[in-house]
Amino acid sequence: MEAFGLLMHGFVVLLTWKTIALMMVGLVLGIFVGVLPGLGGPNGVAILLPLTFTMDPTSAIVMLSCIYWGALFGGAITSILFNIPGEAWSVATTFDGYPMAQQGRAAEALTAAFTSSFIGSLVAVLLITFLAPMISSFALKFGPPEFFAVYLLTFCSFVGLGREAKHKTVISMSLGLLLAGVGMDTVSGTLRMTFGSNELLRGINFLVAVIGLFGISEILLTMEERLALRGHAAAISLRVVLKVWKDLPRYWATLLRSSFIGCWLGITPGGAIAASFMGYNLAKRFSKNPETFGKGRIEGVFAPETAAHASGTAALLPMLALGIPGSGTAAILLGGLMVWGLNPGPLLFVEHKDFVWGLIASMYLGNVVGLVLVLTTVPIFASILRVPFAAVAPMIVVSCAIGAYAIQNAMFDIWLMLGFGVVGYVFKKIGIPLAPFTLALVLGNRAEDAFRLSMIGSGGSMKVFWSNGLVGTITTLAIALLFWPVLDKAFGSIGRLLRPAKA
Amino acid sequence: MRKITKAAVALVAAMASFPAAAWEPTKPVEIVVAAGAGGASDQMARMMQAAIQKNNLMKQPVVVSLKGGASGAEALIYMKSSEGDPNKVLIAYSLIYMLPLSAKIPFNWRELTPVSVVAMDQFVLWDNIEGPKTVKDFIAAAKTAGSPFKMGGTGSKREDHVLTVFMEKRTGAKFSYLPYKSGGEAATQLVGKHTESNVNNPSENLEVWRAGQVRALCVFDKERIAYTTKVTETQSWNDIPTCKEEGLDVQYLMLRAMFLPGKVTPEQKDFYVDLFKKVTQTAEYKDYMEKQALKPVYLTGPEMLKFLEEDDALNKSLMTEAGFVAQ
Repeated sequence: MEAFGLLMHGFVVLLTWKTIALMMVGLVLGIFVGVLPGLGGPNGVAILLPLTFTMDPTSAIVMLSCIYWGALFGGAITSILFNIPGEAWSVATTFDGYPMAQQGRAAEALTAAFTSSFIGSLVAVLLITFLAPMISSFALKFGPPEFFAVYLLTFCSFVGLGREAKHKTVISMSLGLLLAGVGMDTVSGTLRMTFGSNELLRGINFLVAVIGLFGISEILLTMEERLALRGHAAAISLRVVLKVWKDLPRYWATLLRSSFIGCWLGITPGGAIAASFMGYNLAKRFSKNPETFGKGRIEGVFAPETAAHASGTAALLPMLALGIPGSGTAAILLGGLMVWGLNPGPLLFVEHKDFVWGLIASMYLGNVVGLVLVLTTVPIFASILRVPFAAVAPMIVVSCAIGAYAIQNAMFDIWLMLGFGVVGYVFKKIGIPLAPFTLALVLGNRAEDAFRLSMIGSGGSMKVFWSNGLVGTITTLAIALLFWPVLDKAFGSIGRLLRPAKA
Repeated sequence: MRKITKAAVALVAAMASFPAAAWEPTKPVEIVVAAGAGGASDQMARMMQAAIQKNNLMKQPVVVSLKGGASGAEALIYMKSSEGDPNKVLIAYSLIYMLPLSAKIPFNWRELTPVSVVAMDQFVLWDNIEGPKTVKDFIAAAKTAGSPFKMGGTGSKREDHVLTVFMEKRTGAKFSYLPYKSGGEAATQLVGKHTESNVNNPSENLEVWRAGQVRALCVFDKERIAYTTKVTETQSWNDIPTCKEEGLDVQYLMLRAMFLPGKVTPEQKDFYVDLFKKVTQTAEYKDYMEKQALKPVYLTGPEMLKFLEEDDALNKSLMTEAGFVAQ
């Protein structure tokens, strides 16, 4: 019940006009970046992050998380109306959403998308509300070996569970780890890989890299593909909304299943993209007539959207409680927290109760406000897409440059950002995933420090990673996940061997 | 046109309040912090910002800019490259001596313009509340422990690390020094019993001390901390014995001082000398000193230079003896 009291306190903190106004601004900006092709959740949050540096942490995180919700909502708009997934996790939404729009049922599809987004997030927020206090009580158990084990788990699960080719994930991650090593090494107190350059003393800033890797490279790709934007007009009337809502209970199984998948993949770093596909595929598999999927079934919109949003929201839990981001956007929020002097990790729940519960309360409010906002403003956002790309692209590049510069007031960072833009473009061309790279860049240092502190503490014995139940379980799980594809296959063949024996 | 009028008004106002050739900042003044957000330097910079603005000590606003990259080297390089810019002032601590020695950062505090020393910071030996109750017991336990006691601290080859090395030298006990990113992290790791002790500044362990999770064993100074108001249920800062009283003869105090970039004019320097003098007289400053158990000290001019040279020599000899000077 303590959780409930704290949550109510969080609402009290938030219910001021200033905060509500910030929420609206954040949501509108978020929907805006979600709608724009080439921007999207992580990029939008990365670019807008410096805007919040002058705010107090609670306002800043409320605004940022609203940008995040906004981007989640916005991604659906372009997928349905234009068949352009604004976000990778909206790809599955286009399968049935766009056919619905073609059949003139755009309003219905949009309502379905927004409503299921709302439901997905709500389930995940409920989960966070009731799990978070448990996590804080086990906070103090985390010393260097435990931290390292968790980082290892994150890295391993990216390799083991990712959909991309394993070697490409490893290449991407290794490059990220390499770059994370640039700058001052805390453990030995000496400089590494700075080659006498004063600019490199600071190390490679994670946000600069992200803006380049995602924002700039996406612009380059879009330019190359000469993206043509043609859209369907959409207006949502109250009648359509009510009709969709009335049918909602019929799809409870799909909604529940997708929420569950989303929460699970959000907490383990599978991410929203995997969740949306998995949600869609499972809905199709359990459906009585799977052949109608892809031809404009409303369930085909419900399933991926619920999963994507449940996952996007649940990803914030490991970020706050363990300092481990479950998604790209969560990773950027993590960077933001550190800028405000909040150390994400187990103790955040003990030391900054106001902030944590303010954030959780803002998830509830942000979702409700977001749903209303998005239902009323669809026509306006759809019109953004009529602005020629030639006019939008320079604006995006400029905002990227301002964002990169503002992080440390360094001109060098703009060059770095452009460099990363090219790297991102090349990576996308040769199919190397960017997520492991950014993950390694943001966690590399911490993982290294945790490992070396564990080694100093144990006198160099690797046994420390199995020295108690907690760290042992995490380490073992990490290694199991690394070899998951192999294990999965092995279990599969054992299963096949056993079945004929039984028969 | 409006700009010109504004400038003229500002000029007239400036001339009216400061006759003769007094200089005043014309742009917002940046207090440069050579550490991360929320650390002791950051907190102090924000106290100064509040003290200056609440008491109207300066017309221009004050901004705090965090340059904690590369363990604070970022701030040093930033100040060095801002030669002649009178709108940036560094809040310095012992890293100005130590970082150039340990990491070969191309920096020498003599290239900056010393303004004033505003406080001295203490170091305290802390252990977990469930650990040994006195310094003697603590050292005895450290000597007989199967594996070396773990000592948490901030950064490597810096003040915390130096203190650890000197504790080893004086007592013969061995410690494994664990360099964390911040004093706050060192504090929580001690509470979670992942380390046996740390040598945090009072401000860094204040909250966990008040929560009854750690014990203050001794303070590394010649005399006890002066503040006698109760901080925890039973203890004030003054109740912590000095390490020397407890038979551990190690002393270290860390300066907190303000520096301008090199090549600023004497008038510009004088403005800041005066400004920080006024800051040390504000209620905000006094309150902060007591809350964080800092020693209120104010030095400027030749006195400060003499102090800096001596302090530099002392730090250099400590670093050399500890074996932390890079070849």
